[in-house]
Amino acid sequence: MTDNVREITYRDAVREAIREALLADPRVFLMGEDVGRYGGCYAVTKGLLDEFSPDRIRDTPLSESAFVGAGIGAALGGMRPIVEIMTVNFSLLALDQIVNNAATIRHMSGGQFEVPVVIRMATGAGRQLAAQHSHSLEGWYAHIPGLKVVTPATLEDARFMLATALADPNPVLIFEHVMLYNRSGVLSADAGPVDIRSAIVRRPGKHVTLVTYGGTLFKTLNAAETLAKGGVEAEVVDLRVLRPLDAETVLSSVRKTRRAVIVDEGWRSGSLSAEISARIMEEAFWDLDAPVGRVCSAEVPIPYPHHLEEAALPQPAAIVAAAKATLGV
Amino acid sequence: MNDSHSIKPHLTRDHLLGLLHGMIRVRRFEEKCAELYQQEKIRGFMHLYIGEEAIAVGAMQALAPADAVVATYREHGHALARGVAMDGVMAEMYGKAEGCSHGRGGSMHLFDATTRFYGGNAIVGGGLPLAVGLALAEKMQQRDGIAACFFGEGAVAEGEFHESLNLAELWRLPVLFVCENNLYAMGTRLERSESQPDIHIKAQSYNVPAEVVDGMDVVAVEAAARRVCAAIRAGGGPALLECRTYRFRAHSMFDPQLYRDRAEIEDWKHSDPIDRLASWMRETGVLHDTDITAIEAQVDAEITQAVGFAESGRWEPVAELARDVYAGEVAT
Repeated sequence: MTDNVREITYRDAVREAIREALLADPRVFLMGEDVGRYGGCYAVTKGLLDEFSPDRIRDTPLSESAFVGAGIGAALGGMRPIVEIMTVNFSLLALDQIVNNAATIRHMSGGQFEVPVVIRMATGAGRQLAAQHSHSLEGWYAHIPGLKVVTPATLEDARFMLATALADPNPVLIFEHVMLYNRSGVLSADAGPVDIRSAIVRRPGKHVTLVTYGGTLFKTLNAAETLAKGGVEAEVVDLRVLRPLDAETVLSSVRKTRRAVIVDEGWRSGSLSAEISARIMEEAFWDLDAPVGRVCSAEVPIPYPHHLEEAALPQPAAIVAAAKATLGV
Repeated sequence: MNDSHSIKPHLTRDHLLGLLHGMIRVRRFEEKCAELYQQEKIRGFMHLYIGEEAIAVGAMQALAPADAVVATYREHGHALARGVAMDGVMAEMYGKAEGCSHGRGGSMHLFDATTRFYGGNAIVGGGLPLAVGLALAEKMQQRDGIAACFFGEGAVAEGEFHESLNLAELWRLPVLFVCENNLYAMGTRLERSESQPDIHIKAQSYNVPAEVVDGMDVVAVEAAARRVCAAIRAGGGPALLECRTYRFRAHSMFDPQLYRDRAEIEDWKHSDPIDRLASWMRETGVLHDTDITAIEAQVDAEITQAVGFAESGRWEPVAELARDVYAGEVAT
């Protein structure tokens, strides 16, 4: 390991980001269920209470609607709150505040008020947590004008998206996939600020575009490796931001490869993957050499047993098969 | 003018005339709105506050400019009493670009940054967590403002009421919760929706000091608001006022009022907050017919001016449709 890189986990990268934000701006505070004494249900916020005051690391009652709404109110009142919700399934208890208030107040007030709140939550399956802790509902939030929705997949994005989100005057939802927390890797010491408006090509290729984000990025990169062994060079696009969608990066890749497969842990029906497929059809139909493919979760509530959970989720083998199907191989 | 931080109302003739003026102003404004609604100048849902004016006018006396106000969709009275300019409110009713929410909100979503008026919230109970957050921001920034939150008794059935009272008390936040108990959540009478219809008791179960006030008596509302606001400002945490009141008009402009008797409405009209204050002032010799004439003339002129302002306002160009969805950007 050289001096300018260091080993870090995704969890620690998120914690560093929160810590940095707390140190940088007295208006920043963190609140959520068990973020303080317990250290966060995924141990992301462990140790922060010791370093910062209970005033800035606020344990909340199990009142998602009240504490998310309080985050919105505090943002209106000049603070820069980071609100943590344990999982996206629990965020449904705060849907009123997120959709009816955070997303609308700027517009309803004619631009007089802004809501610079950041709401972080875990999403996704893979830990055998069954049907009330495992869903991928970020695509729902990406439906809502007024919200920004980001999905850091890499260590760099986990480490630096938060600062950009806090600097953004709009409400930003950050979705952290549960299977990424333990992922470790090297982070360049000179890694720095990232934007929250653009998708990025994580692996260049020329035969097929694989569009994905969040927890399925590494499965997709894994599939691309397998494809490469068979001579298929897949280009992997990490959306990074689900709203506003950077369609141009997707489209320019598809125009080059002429084929696309979308990999999304959300369900297929009425989904983000459907939206991306539609955008490709609308904007790049004449560039396509094959119908757009999709690899999504099976249309079941996520089951508890390991083998069934795995069977329900997008897997590299299915991604490889879908990519090959677009090539007719 | 009374100092908003004073614990007791100073019942001078001028102050009482101010209260009377404030209530008549809201009443006449809304009567004009009802007329304009019939003319289809105002559209959408419109909820009149007529009968309940004593609460907004009374409670606002205890608030300072630095305080934040959160109200519901029945908020014309709160906006006016808070000091949101009537011109902007009327233009908003029309949906004109000169409206206090730039025309984007309408009757249910009046907003005004200058007076810290945070809406205009049309999801029952949805404003309470916002008020808790606004109060949290005050406390964390060591400012001395409080957040006043108005809501109807229907909101008490929502989880957000319970979550918000608990959180506000747990964190000892400076929130004034004002429950405007007009007995009906749209058409459902309180006893038909609450196992415990005494709302102040619910607040007390969260250790939030609460009291019941005659919401048809503007002086009583002001006195109670001043008393509890003083306690809140002194660091006593949140408090709740349950103001018992009655709406004289339908829930909205579409409501045939099948759920209540005409006699009940007429009976409550004997407690009309404007008549009550006026009679009391007359009995004590501080109100003369010329005062009423002057108030009515003043209010009439202001409303005429506001209608003219709204009428001559402009419709926002469709090209600007996507503005204010995101800061400085167009949604994609």
